Amino acid sequence: MTELAVNLGGLQMKNPVTTASGTFGFGPEYAPFVDLNKLGAIVVKGITLKPRKGNPTPRIAETPAGILNCIGLQNPGVDYFIEKSLPYLRQYDTPVIVNIAGNSLEDYAEVTRRLSAAEGVAALEVNISCPNVKEGGMIFGTSCTMASEVIGVVRQNTRLPVIAKLSPNVTDIVEIARGVAEAGADALALINTLLGMKIDVYSRKPVLGNIMGGLSGPAIRPVAVRIVWQVAQAVQLPILGMGGIMTAEDALEFILAGATAIAVGTANFINPRATVDILEGIKQYMEKYGVKDINELVGAAWN
Amino acid sequence: MSFCGIAEVVINQKVGPEHYLMRILAPELTRLAKPGQFVHVRCSSVLDPLLRRPISLHGIDYERGTVSLLYQVVGRGTQLLSEMKPGAEIDIMGPLGKGFSIPDRANRVLVIGGGIGVAPLFPLVQALKRYKIKQTVLLGARSADFVVGADQLASLEVRVEVSTDDGSLGYKGFVTDLAEKHVKLNKPDYFFACGPNPMLKQLLKITRKFGLAGQVSLEERMGCGVGACLACVCKIKVASGRCSVAGVNEGAPIDFEYKKVCTDGPVFAASEVILDD
Repeated sequence: MTELAVNLGGLQMKNPVTTASGTFGFGPEYAPFVDLNKLGAIVVKGITLKPRKGNPTPRIAETPAGILNCIGLQNPGVDYFIEKSLPYLRQYDTPVIVNIAGNSLEDYAEVTRRLSAAEGVAALEVNISCPNVKEGGMIFGTSCTMASEVIGVVRQNTRLPVIAKLSPNVTDIVEIARGVAEAGADALALINTLLGMKIDVYSRKPVLGNIMGGLSGPAIRPVAVRIVWQVAQAVQLPILGMGGIMTAEDALEFILAGATAIAVGTANFINPRATVDILEGIKQYMEKYGVKDINELVGAAWN
Repeated sequence: MSFCGIAEVVINQKVGPEHYLMRILAPELTRLAKPGQFVHVRCSSVLDPLLRRPISLHGIDYERGTVSLLYQVVGRGTQLLSEMKPGAEIDIMGPLGKGFSIPDRANRVLVIGGGIGVAPLFPLVQALKRYKIKQTVLLGARSADFVVGADQLASLEVRVEVSTDDGSLGYKGFVTDLAEKHVKLNKPDYFFACGPNPMLKQLLKITRKFGLAGQVSLEERMGCGVGACLACVCKIKVASGRCSVAGVNEGAPIDFEYKKVCTDGPVFAASEVILDD
């Protein structure tokens, strides 16, 4: 028997496979394709205090082995989420990680309080790294002081495990990781999208409605693996690794680099069963190479 | 429910200057398919191009268990699709989205297709015919060789009128001009349309002016196809905003919300959509 259970900063998961926020909706979207009970956790779309309309279209553009998106945190707001989306998710024996975002520290505090009081939230993933909103989002995550302040505020308002989702669009991500660790984060989610853009040479205009967007998909995987590698060795927090994971081998690369768990994002769009296929592939790898416990592989590439 | 898996390409042939018709053997998918829905297909098995391509159902053959796609080559994805040979395996998801619904009040129907927008209208026209609803189909294209499917429609014995921008076939001008004439003259009581946004925008002006209700099928750059990623949204009027059939919306901005083309649509009530320039 292979042991797949992991613990992500206090969040006990039956296996390391989760979904990247914003790529898996609130769960029911993929239920026709995936048994949601099989997932290690479900990370839902980013939630803000008030509903958000999101950005104008086009919101997505394809790039070599990747996509740019500028959704802009469209979501129905925390109260709607608690009332309408959580009851559905509670049917499943899978922990729900809620991704939260805000325009101000008070927003983060209030969303944290409301979600912590709701039944069926297992952990909070704090989005301080969305590249697609004018206020908040990435601006919190690219300054070490502000990132720490946000995490501190969330920490003060919840007993749930707090996962800080960091932006790769910084000079020194290790410094920010250290900052949020000191501020009370229980785990780190690495990485959010890389800021990018695409220009249509025929119309001579940017393709995306919001001009710039976040790059995801296999194109960013080497960057994400490098960041997990660096941060995991510098900071004593478990890491939820993500960035272009399409296959079990990709997922294992993150685990070997130091991630305790992984999130499947863009791959869901191409293969709606990507999460469970990856989980199955990890099991097969472990059986084939005699790995008894997945935790043996975490950071195993370091020496 | 939706199917997701491998199906077999039965036919993939060139039917226009940039147009192809692909028939796919996928009984499980076909069984669930309705007019106006779409499938999400992979154009290659490698990672570039990465995303699936949403393509509307042009034909649904419940007896043979096949669906057909009429598509135009517009980029690398559709180029790769056009190179698939009969017998090839295709990774296909569907049927997806909410298709056309035929209301009881529709008795004299106008069906308008612009460019490749004619594709999803065929199963609708067949359904209208089955229900013995009187219909006229208007097809618009840039020139005669870009008019696809007119013969196929004629074989269904429905009235078809064609317009081309350059006048090389049928009426010279936009299909929306034809539509306006038809609305004035024949007073249809319902319409269905699919085509490029500028065409739909002009069409909505006309139908709103004449108080003609209908449904439009929209297109937007799509990610997941299942309502998760929120990429393919369109503006839909919210209930609190004044919803004017007459279309005199100038002045006060109408409040809107973004709805998902993939799962809330692609077919929407014409009265609720807001099309930007």
